[in-house]
Amino acid sequence: MNADRHPLFVPLIFAGGLVFGLGLGFSHMTHPEVVLDFLQLRDLGLLFVMGAGSLVVGGAIAVMSRTTRLAPLTGDVYGRRVKSMDRNVILGGSIFGVGWGLSGICPGAAYASVGIGNYPILIAIAGMFVGAYIQGYWRKIRAKRAVSPTPAE
Amino acid sequence: MDPLVFVADLFPNGVTRYVLGGLLIGIGVTAIYLGTGIIAGASTFLETTLSYASDLPRFNRATYLASRDWRIAFVLGIVAGGAVYALVFQDGIWVTDVQPWRLAVGGVLVGVGTRLGKGCTSGHGICGVGSVSNTSLVNVVTFVAFAIGTALLVQAAGVSP
Repeated sequence: MNADRHPLFVPLIFAGGLVFGLGLGFSHMTHPEVVLDFLQLRDLGLLFVMGAGSLVVGGAIAVMSRTTRLAPLTGDVYGRRVKSMDRNVILGGSIFGVGWGLSGICPGAAYASVGIGNYPILIAIAGMFVGAYIQGYWRKIRAKRAVSPTPAE
Repeated sequence: MDPLVFVADLFPNGVTRYVLGGLLIGIGVTAIYLGTGIIAGASTFLETTLSYASDLPRFNRATYLASRDWRIAFVLGIVAGGAVYALVFQDGIWVTDVQPWRLAVGGVLVGVGTRLGKGCTSGHGICGVGSVSNTSLVNVVTFVAFAIGTALLVQAAGVSP
């Protein structure tokens, strides 16, 4: 824990997470069955979850990223969430999609699903940790291969 | 066919719960953003938490070590939010019927995919789309297309639930 953090920093993160989890409860994304109903085109309501959520967040980001004000609890500037584009964005999205379509669960919804008592979801969360580990291990192998000297010509 | 009946068929549970859920998800992310400038997604937690147990360089980057404690608070908040919802609106606990092997295999693929693809349903789907990031839009279109394809294949193969 950083000693120089504002005393309200962690409480705000927790409270924001709580509202986020409450929203996941209302959205029923905590039920893999509901996500599968969406992906099998029986109930398209989840479009409204992403729509409403991204509009709220998008509004806040659009307004704040144009100001020069700093965030009160950290002194950080207000930015946008912009990640660089590369092959991994497509490859990762494809693998994520297959996993989501098979299980009906994504990370945030899995955490909230624990809160509604859905204990079998712990299997999925354990799987997510395993997957994240595999990816970190794979990156290490690749990095090692990239720096190892090429054979003399 | 009556177009209104067709539209209603696509939304058999109405849209109120979904709109309300999306608004609250957005408000939770926005509250953290306004206070701290942080745009929080749900899946980085998987890697930052692994840094407590693994010395792989990927998990021990400075940004991960600096955020790993508050990301635990964020996830505990999400679990608590689910619990509050269940206490108020749910009768007892709710348990999925989806088969464990699907949760396990799907979970591993979700874990690999979100970390390789730089985000998940919340990071790209809510925060990145809200930022009008082309990278996030590409990622979301990709994962939704693959998820629909996979879910329809699983259904066609007769796997249920």
